[in-house]
Amino acid sequence: MELVERLLDGDRRALARAITLTENEDPRAAELARAVFPHTGRARTLGVTGPPGAGKSTLVDGLTHLYRRSGRRVGVVAVDPTSPFTGGAILGDRIRMRRGAADPDVFIRSLATRGHLGGLSWHTGSVVRLLDAAGFDTVIIETVGAGQAEVEVMRYAETTIVVMVPGLGDEVQAIKAGILEIADVIAVNKADREGADSLVRELEMMLELGGRSRGGRSGEAWTVPVVKTVATTDEGMEDLFAAAERHREHLASTGELEAWRTRELAAEVTGLIRDLVGQKAQAWAETAGAWEETLAQVAARRMDPRTAADTLVAEFLACARSGSAEAAGGGPAGEISGGSGR
Amino acid sequence: MTRGKVRVLVAKPGLDSHDRGAKVVARAYRDAGMEVIYTGLHQTPEQIVEAAVQEDVDVVALSILSGAHSVLVPRVAELLRARGAEDIVLLVGGIIPEEDVPALREAGAAGVFGPGSDLDEIVSFTVACLERRRSS
Repeated sequence: MELVERLLDGDRRALARAITLTENEDPRAAELARAVFPHTGRARTLGVTGPPGAGKSTLVDGLTHLYRRSGRRVGVVAVDPTSPFTGGAILGDRIRMRRGAADPDVFIRSLATRGHLGGLSWHTGSVVRLLDAAGFDTVIIETVGAGQAEVEVMRYAETTIVVMVPGLGDEVQAIKAGILEIADVIAVNKADREGADSLVRELEMMLELGGRSRGGRSGEAWTVPVVKTVATTDEGMEDLFAAAERHREHLASTGELEAWRTRELAAEVTGLIRDLVGQKAQAWAETAGAWEETLAQVAARRMDPRTAADTLVAEFLACARSGSAEAAGGGPAGEISGGSGR
Repeated sequence: MTRGKVRVLVAKPGLDSHDRGAKVVARAYRDAGMEVIYTGLHQTPEQIVEAAVQEDVDVVALSILSGAHSVLVPRVAELLRARGAEDIVLLVGGIIPEEDVPALREAGAAGVFGPGSDLDEIVSFTVACLERRRSS
């Protein structure tokens, strides 16, 4: 695949196009992912998340600058929400990412969520890999403005920075069980504002009480640092950078980094098995004639949905064992039940 | 080539500080279901083209109120060509005297929209340009 070679060669247009193909779920994307995979797993990854307006983009700009200064090549994935009504999106994170804008060793890509929940876009993980393969040894992922449920970034980021700002008041309480739990480092941004010190105290007190990171990725021995920043003036940014790098060293030295990577890869394979087998079973059910009949039973409330699914899956597996499911439900994921004749 | 969502870069090159028009157009594109990358004020042609490449956009829409369009538009078009990105549809909006329009088209602008242009017209013109490009 010519595109892959150009991408591995550092051709920016090829990288940009590869990201587009991935985002659009183009048929070539699977081949692309396969070809670049051996060239991935090298990049140091960071996630930056926090409520809307907390200064995430400005902070990413500052971090980009500091990683560049230490000789790293930086890829940025910035996610903004897609309108649930029109499917359109305004992706405005680049407005604050000025310093890397003309740097050949920085690549910034804005992604829309396209309906994905969790704070990221559907293919964020694949896009991170493309950047990694193209030679960006540091990849920073910025989530949509996040509150309680947007915790997915921790799947892709070795270090997750949660950005808080003074003045949200009781909302600290509200997100206690949300994104704060995934923080490896907390940045209290806009720290020149009133209430910054009390927010730091409140966060530190909360962290002392426990309830985050215990036995999680960072392990017992990691104390989440709370760093005050004013991203617009770079105040505290060196401290934030140092804290993030200390976390990376902590993960590496405790073996957690490798363990986490293995867990995430396992989870990815599990997720794909679920998707692919689900698609195959669905395709089989719809072509095997059992679909309409079963649905009619469910619609008439003679059978509940769970029993219907159980029955269809059992029949699908029986057919897969006898080798006839392939013929009925064949599709692009054919290799999944390819060994069904055994 | 199969394409998913239309991606548009809305950019403001040059020194003027009024981005209301650009924001209104960005919003119109969004409401038409497109993904709009908005880069903010005071962008150089180099920054705009680099962003267009990284974001792999289908359209670059420039908003220029400063009067410097005769310099900025040809420069952006030239840089796009230099990156092999001349397939990107280049549009210009802002305060553009009628007599300057032919030169901008000559330089590579597919469309030029003055003050008071109808938003629906801008969107449908953009869609038509993309369809032409796709079928060619």
